[in-house]
Amino acid sequence: MTQHTESKDVQAVNKPGIIRVEGMHKWYGNFHVLKDLNLTIDQGERIVICGPSGSGKSTFIRCINRLEEHQQGRIIVDDVELTDDVRHIDSVRREVGMVFQHFNLFPHLTVLENCCLSPIWVRKTPRREAEACAMEYLERVKIPDQANKYPGQLSGGQQQRVAIARALCMKPKIMLFDEPTSALDPEMIKEVLDVMIELAGSGMTMICVTHEMGFAKTVADRVIFMDGGEIVEEAPPSEFFSNPREARTQQFLQQILQH
Amino acid sequence: MTESMIRPPIKKLAPVKWMRTHLFSNWFNSLLTLAVGYLLITSVGPLLNWLIFDATFQGSGPDDCVEAGACWLFVKQRLNFFIYGFYPDEFQWRVDIMFALLAAAFVPQFIERFPGRKWLGIFGMTGLPIIGCVLIPGGILGLEEVGSSKWGGLMLTLILAYIGILASLPIGVLLALGRRSDMPVIRGLCVVFIEVWRAVPLITVLFMASVMLPLFLPDGVSFEKLARALIGITLWQSAYMAEVIRGGLQAIPRGQYEAANALGLGYWRKMGLVILPQALKLVIPGIVNTFISLFKDTTLVLIIGLFDILGAVQSTIADPAWQNVAIEGYVFVAFCFWVFCFGISRYSQNLERKLDTGHKT
Repeated sequence: MTQHTESKDVQAVNKPGIIRVEGMHKWYGNFHVLKDLNLTIDQGERIVICGPSGSGKSTFIRCINRLEEHQQGRIIVDDVELTDDVRHIDSVRREVGMVFQHFNLFPHLTVLENCCLSPIWVRKTPRREAEACAMEYLERVKIPDQANKYPGQLSGGQQQRVAIARALCMKPKIMLFDEPTSALDPEMIKEVLDVMIELAGSGMTMICVTHEMGFAKTVADRVIFMDGGEIVEEAPPSEFFSNPREARTQQFLQQILQH
Repeated sequence: MTESMIRPPIKKLAPVKWMRTHLFSNWFNSLLTLAVGYLLITSVGPLLNWLIFDATFQGSGPDDCVEAGACWLFVKQRLNFFIYGFYPDEFQWRVDIMFALLAAAFVPQFIERFPGRKWLGIFGMTGLPIIGCVLIPGGILGLEEVGSSKWGGLMLTLILAYIGILASLPIGVLLALGRRSDMPVIRGLCVVFIEVWRAVPLITVLFMASVMLPLFLPDGVSFEKLARALIGITLWQSAYMAEVIRGGLQAIPRGQYEAANALGLGYWRKMGLVILPQALKLVIPGIVNTFISLFKDTTLVLIIGLFDILGAVQSTIADPAWQNVAIEGYVFVAFCFWVFCFGISRYSQNLERKLDTGHKT
């Protein structure tokens, strides 16, 4: 299966950008969720996507590893275009890690087994090596002592940090975060954000859907505002927060920064 | 803080107080207690007398049995037939080995710290049936052949149930996965298979297998009645199993599938490593329920002329040498079934406890 990674050379390598989204549309039945999205992200960039609920931001990042299918336009991740071809999907998913709102850890496996599962079965890493690597990442997210517990025994914040470690164990080039702090109790948000900030400092390419505007201000290279399935505005955080151009952005920022 | 404040208070009542709160709390409960007590005293005593105290255990023949108690002598003298059917005496050691292996594989499963019990369990599900396929029919490795028409009694019941259970689980898993597949052809085939087999009573399946099937087979091709019955039972059972497992698959949150996908696990790894372990664990009670009902349904093979334990007992009851031993025979059969079904049930509870990782994320 690993041989297929070479086949991505067949795709054109003429544009910069590790992720390229070109004229992408998506429908749920007759409902037009994503409308003509265009976005190029360079390696090492940190992108924050925000917007009101139902604006399609989660759907958008889920298209990047093909958890959702787009119907029109192109998505090219690390020179592999996402099509119906399962081999392309597999090779993209190997390079793209994802962290979910509800953690989605595997409850029947210990924390360590959660982290090692994919390296062992997909990357064919020897078990001992995979475990050593997993312990390294668990240390990085500051919970090596929980390695042999089951997810059900951990707090929400701890579970989310395990989920981040699990994604990192695949050594991805890109990390997607789908509202990673939305399901957490307030006192646990910081521990997860700290890990994400640390990760951002390490040069990881990150796309993060979040409502944490503080996080956006500190780490983002660009903030993207989506509404009604469109990218409304795209700007560096300094500009985005102090001087939003679009009326819809202004309204959104007013609403979330009010309290 | 004192010791007594750290621990939760223990609720313990003196016997007299316990009776007052639980048995005689008001006039209606008192009345019920007395009525139930009366029934227990008047029924349990005579029952025990019949079962044990007045029963006949020793003796040489039907004449030693007395009217008042059970005639266990009958069961004792016919036990060989109840267990082995017509299996020749001189080869019964082969069956005994299988019984011993079965016990060796599964009894340790009840002992928490038994070393290597996992491997014994795996042996029970893989090696044991293979050894059985050699030892019981014979005909190879210098073993005398014993045709399946000679098999019977408890041994036959266990063979039918064991193979039925063992084969129907994997087929059921595949059918359940197929029914939830995205591929219309596979899904359609699985739906048709499940709905057809599930809608047919087992008796009909057995009749078809023993009477109709040979009519459709080309001349010269025939296989044994037992094999046909086993295939029928297995397919019928796997349709039920599939639906139980589908229930488990549907209970797994979508996030689990998505997380497995996002990690790049392909379909079979996703199912085998992430979804099925959780789904099967969830439906252990349902799976065991199906197992137990299959175990008891194997008695229906009587209808196509196979003598399982119930059939063996029933045919012996008709023996004119023994008078009025029907109740003893049926009680014995019921007891045998109860022992095995209770064993399965306890084992499954064991398993559920062991696999509980406090999930539900």
